[in-house]
Amino acid sequence: MTTAVQPTPAPAGGSDSGGASSRAPGRPVQEVVHPTRAQYLAEVGRFRSNGFEMCADLCAVDYLTHPDRRLPDGVPHERFEVVVNLLSLSAARRVRLRVQVPESDPVVPSLFDLYPGVEAMEREAFDLFGIVFDGHPDLTRILMPEDWEGHPLRKDYGVGRVPVQFKGAPGPR
Amino acid sequence: MEPTPEEGTAAGTDAVDAATGTPPPRPDRSGEVRADSDLAPPLSGETYFAPGPDGEPAGLVAETSEGSQELTRRGTTGAGELRREVGAVLRLPEGVVVDPSNIDVEQSDDNTMIINMGPQHPSTHGVLRLMFELDGETVLRTKPVIGYLHTGMEKTAEELTYVQGSTNVTRMDYLSPLHNELVLSLAVEALLGVEMPPRSDWIRMLLTELNRVSSHLMWMATNGMDLGSTSMMIYGFREREMILAFFEKTTGLRMNHNFIRPGGTAADLPDGWEDDVTVICDTVLPRTDEYDELLTGQPVFRQRTESIGTISAEEALALSLTGPILRSTGVPWDLRRSMPYLRYDEVDFDVIVGTYGDNFDRYSVRLNEIRESIRIIRQIVEKMPAGDYRVQDKKVTPPPRARIDESMEALIHHFKVFTEGFKVPEGEVYVAIESPRGELGCYLVADGSSKAYRMHIRGPSFVNLQGLPLMMRGGLVADAVAVCSSVDPVMGEVDR
Repeated sequence: MTTAVQPTPAPAGGSDSGGASSRAPGRPVQEVVHPTRAQYLAEVGRFRSNGFEMCADLCAVDYLTHPDRRLPDGVPHERFEVVVNLLSLSAARRVRLRVQVPESDPVVPSLFDLYPGVEAMEREAFDLFGIVFDGHPDLTRILMPEDWEGHPLRKDYGVGRVPVQFKGAPGPR
Repeated sequence: MEPTPEEGTAAGTDAVDAATGTPPPRPDRSGEVRADSDLAPPLSGETYFAPGPDGEPAGLVAETSEGSQELTRRGTTGAGELRREVGAVLRLPEGVVVDPSNIDVEQSDDNTMIINMGPQHPSTHGVLRLMFELDGETVLRTKPVIGYLHTGMEKTAEELTYVQGSTNVTRMDYLSPLHNELVLSLAVEALLGVEMPPRSDWIRMLLTELNRVSSHLMWMATNGMDLGSTSMMIYGFREREMILAFFEKTTGLRMNHNFIRPGGTAADLPDGWEDDVTVICDTVLPRTDEYDELLTGQPVFRQRTESIGTISAEEALALSLTGPILRSTGVPWDLRRSMPYLRYDEVDFDVIVGTYGDNFDRYSVRLNEIRESIRIIRQIVEKMPAGDYRVQDKKVTPPPRARIDESMEALIHHFKVFTEGFKVPEGEVYVAIESPRGELGCYLVADGSSKAYRMHIRGPSFVNLQGLPLMMRGGLVADAVAVCSSVDPVMGEVDR
């Protein structure tokens, strides 16, 4: 099974008492689809023709230090994940696609031809994660300087630290 | 016109082999029946214009070893090919948006020039740099260059606990900080699965609606300034000051409040808040009528805004534009109405839409949204329930200060919440709210620890900037400032 729609149910703690004073809490209904890289473009195209007019968001996640996350059966655990949030204005519905992208070959097809609005978002994911979007018209760095080395939001990219020296602090005794 | 990959590879091999001096074997064409075999093509590589039916040269014909290769006229070059040729230094969001036949490729590059506006231009609302390709005073192509304010807030968020997280995100969109705090809090609470007390929802609605009014007032002020209406700037700042004073009274700060936190708000509303809020409503509402008189009816203002920076609904949807820009094109999409969060389904308000998607519609959408927000605020004042302002879950919310002196448990919980933070169960969630600029989303991945594994903010300004090249195309440089202003970008959120 490669694609699985799993509406996340509300947690068990949610009470159904109703009324204006209390309401069932918990996660908004989240529809998640897990296409493979080969299915990705066709799957997005299918949603596009089924009334998902807008690509609300596209981002990437680096699961280097959290490899054993929960995924449906049959979906391989790769290092990167490209997360696409599609929005249907007519049905007031969101769907999220999570595509597994291996570290050895971080390339996914670009959605630019389907949703031109992903232009900046794909550039951001390329800039910060180094994921290449095949078919993007201008895949260059967008937030970091052009000559920057590395992809800062990867988990193996260290956080910069500036040593702080406090004036007048007593030395170690 | 594009060579197929096979042809491209073959040509490449030929070239390499020719360089090494070993000519490749000719493909065996003996079996082929060529209709034009008697017109053996000259192999010198010459090109000529083939006459068309009307005597005009129809297209360029190149004679190659593969036979006559007809090139179509320059004007039929596709958008994608053109994009590759120009190196995509400046972009048009083609795709569905621009008809390639409308691109004037016959025009020589000598007639155009590249002008940079920014990043230190006063009317770019921050460190936004716009690269223009100009033909005289007409803007042809535009490229927004961003990143000058990038401070790695998403990376920082991975180092902060969920308690500290709202301190970080409140600095993104500095004109509507409470919306940033709200979207992060909603995402964390969705992962925690906690039930929020109603009063905290209503306090959050009150504060974010006030923040929407102050943000739109700020926009009115800067937009007035950009269009030369200095009095509007003074008025906008004057009214915004009232709301900031109320925020200062409530949260202790004028900006970057860190007031809406995962689990509720930091404190309850101050005594007498109803009077303060009513005074704000009673003052701002009649003054919107003054703005109407000052700007809406003014011929100069209308000439500078009407049918400037037009964008259609299809284009806005394709470019993922949200907020007042999308609504100005006539799409009634407001997350407060369409996908309600907090208690927006219990208040009565209208979604303001425009018709033409130009600067004037964006102006009037925002002006009327101030009125609708005030309408919502008045209802909130009436409906505000009593009760807790934060969730009474000791693992999430620190205990009241007084309890720490009496209870060991309270002290431990206080210590744990502020040092280690609370743990959020593993999972991922996308939450979106309607910020003054559009859909503000937060994609939060938790790995079961007390720090976010990944926090991604979908900033509306970041996405909305993609509309600029389209809105500016064909306009004047003087209007570029007005168009940029009407998009209302906040660079803190664009660059994050």
